Amino acid sequence: MSEKVLMKGNEALAEAAIMAGCRHYFGYPITPQTEIAAYMSKRLPQVGGTFLQAESEISAINMVIGVSAAGKRVMTSSSSPGVSLKSEGLSYLAGCDLPALVVNVQRGGPGLGGIQPSQSDYFQATRSGGHGDFRKIVLAPASVQEMVSLTFKGFDLADKYRMTVMILTDGILGQMMEPVSLDMGEVRQYDKPWAVTGTQCKRPHNVVNSLFLQPDKLEQMNFERFARYAAIEEDEVMSEEYLTEDAEVCVVAYGAAARISKNAIVAARAEGIKVGMIRPVTLWPFPKRLLRSMAEKVKAFVTVELSMGQMIEDVELATRCMRPVLLCNRTGGMVMTPDEIFRKIIQANEIGGAE
Amino acid sequence: MTVFEKPKSLTDAVMHYCPGCTHGIVHRLVAEAIDELGIEGRTIGIAPVGCSVMNYDYFTVDMVQAAHGRAPAVATGVKRANPGNIVFTYQGDGDLAAIGTAETVHAAARGENITIIFINNAIYGMTGGQMAPTTLPEQVTQTSPYGRKVEQAGYPIRISEMLATLDGPAYIERVSVDSVKNVRNAKKAILKAFRTQIEGKGFSLVEVLSACPTNWGLTPGKALEWLRDNMIPYYPLGVFKDKEAAK
Amino acid sequence: MAKVTFDVDRCKGCGLCIDACPKKILRLSEGKINARGFYPAEIIDQSKCIACAFCATMCPDCVIKVEK
Repeated sequence: MSEKVLMKGNEALAEAAIMAGCRHYFGYPITPQTEIAAYMSKRLPQVGGTFLQAESEISAINMVIGVSAAGKRVMTSSSSPGVSLKSEGLSYLAGCDLPALVVNVQRGGPGLGGIQPSQSDYFQATRSGGHGDFRKIVLAPASVQEMVSLTFKGFDLADKYRMTVMILTDGILGQMMEPVSLDMGEVRQYDKPWAVTGTQCKRPHNVVNSLFLQPDKLEQMNFERFARYAAIEEDEVMSEEYLTEDAEVCVVAYGAAARISKNAIVAARAEGIKVGMIRPVTLWPFPKRLLRSMAEKVKAFVTVELSMGQMIEDVELATRCMRPVLLCNRTGGMVMTPDEIFRKIIQANEIGGAE
Repeated sequence: MTVFEKPKSLTDAVMHYCPGCTHGIVHRLVAEAIDELGIEGRTIGIAPVGCSVMNYDYFTVDMVQAAHGRAPAVATGVKRANPGNIVFTYQGDGDLAAIGTAETVHAAARGENITIIFINNAIYGMTGGQMAPTTLPEQVTQTSPYGRKVEQAGYPIRISEMLATLDGPAYIERVSVDSVKNVRNAKKAILKAFRTQIEGKGFSLVEVLSACPTNWGLTPGKALEWLRDNMIPYYPLGVFKDKEAAK
Repeated sequence: MAKVTFDVDRCKGCGLCIDACPKKILRLSEGKINARGFYPAEIIDQSKCIACAFCATMCPDCVIKVEK
């Protein structure tokens, strides 16, 4: 049993990146994730890395592109409005097939919004968040330990599949403190023969590029990329099941919403309601198969979100609308109580059968 | 004995630029500098968005194609990842002085040890001749069909002078490619800029006054005359920052 | 012996070499079109060439090789 240390979510995430071999961080202050930048500004010089406070989130994502093109692990972090600024960069990262880790510590929106936590960037995160056909792997921690383990794994997935991995978290997880183990094991090294490191006049030049003016070539690039995505959908889905074996109602929630839901589920079970939860850990690839099989057994789903209802569409799609899907939601930085979720579970339980 | 031939760091591809476009001259000068300094094996270039978007096909060194205006940020990443590499960007006036102004200013302010080649032809070439931040007052372009009116569209930006007010840059010079004499001076400036980087002295930028015959509506020869008569008076040639000389 | 060689199919007939030549011994070819559809530049009188390389200096397309 490895030693545990009490850490704040944002800082634990940053330390996990250092453990994963990330030696370059570019970011811009924005609440509620500035601790990541501040932590990196202290830690990276200690390990011989580069910390740079960029002039904007746009510059930061482009500096990420530069380091990634040069074959090194790199990350940036921001919160909702700053992530919007990165849309162009995320599209370029995808078009160039470059690995990168991007963190979104979500806050209330849209626009300047608020600084309290939310989950209202789900669409932006899972529907790629930039122009063109592309995906990113989206990981949703629900504890400070997962802020560590998913960040560490995220760098590995990014290198393995040559794409962006987004850690989609929120202000609650970013600011809370929990004991964590920092023992993550070996960092796997990946060969990057495509990287721009200088030809040494010994090889043809490498070009990192997303411009393909010949449409047949551009289509081919898209087909190849999506073949990789299909493999990811087969192999990299992660989720947690909680009390689902005999469930008649299934809650679907991620991140902070899943934590609050557990309290509501415990209370509902005490009243004799057979309710369980599927907690997606990968929001993309979404646990479609698991939800589809759950739809065969339960009478209704309840999605719990800190938004106006975004993941609910993926639940409806995955379950082919076979069962009613209710929404329990708060937004703008407001957070639901276990009691609000509990009452929605009761409502779902009273549905009894198909619509 | 060969007195003049295509430099090694230029590929054999025939460049797609218009007849008389001075991109070809400046690409060659950059390649000659890379050859003469012996840095072909460790140089990385960042391509912009603009007519020269595909210059990754023309240089033999490793290249990254960057989003519009973002080249200095990408260059910062590439240089910080492997500081032993020589990193240059090659950018037009829209890329560097419109959408990329923040990236340009901050790379200069940070004294980032990179080299920027800035092609100033007072117009947006690739998209068909629209007004640029460096378009001259009264100059007719597609989006200033009555001539650039300063009351409505404001004044052009003198990038070299502006960046020279910062403490970060080590070397800034404005040159021109309108004549043999000026092309040779431009080459000297480009060599000096790369040498500034090789010696770890900091940020260097060479602003190259260039022609766009097609969108200026002039023949190549007349375009160089127009450059000489109109651009050089507004954008004077010379050294605006030289930390070496200042010592 | 000063000599300039033109890689004919690279030439776009821009004429900058012709303007630059101090000996005025370059011209655009008459009636001869290259593979790109341009009238390429050519030398009228090789014997007058002084290998100053002004032409090659102004050429945007590396058409001209200069030898002495």
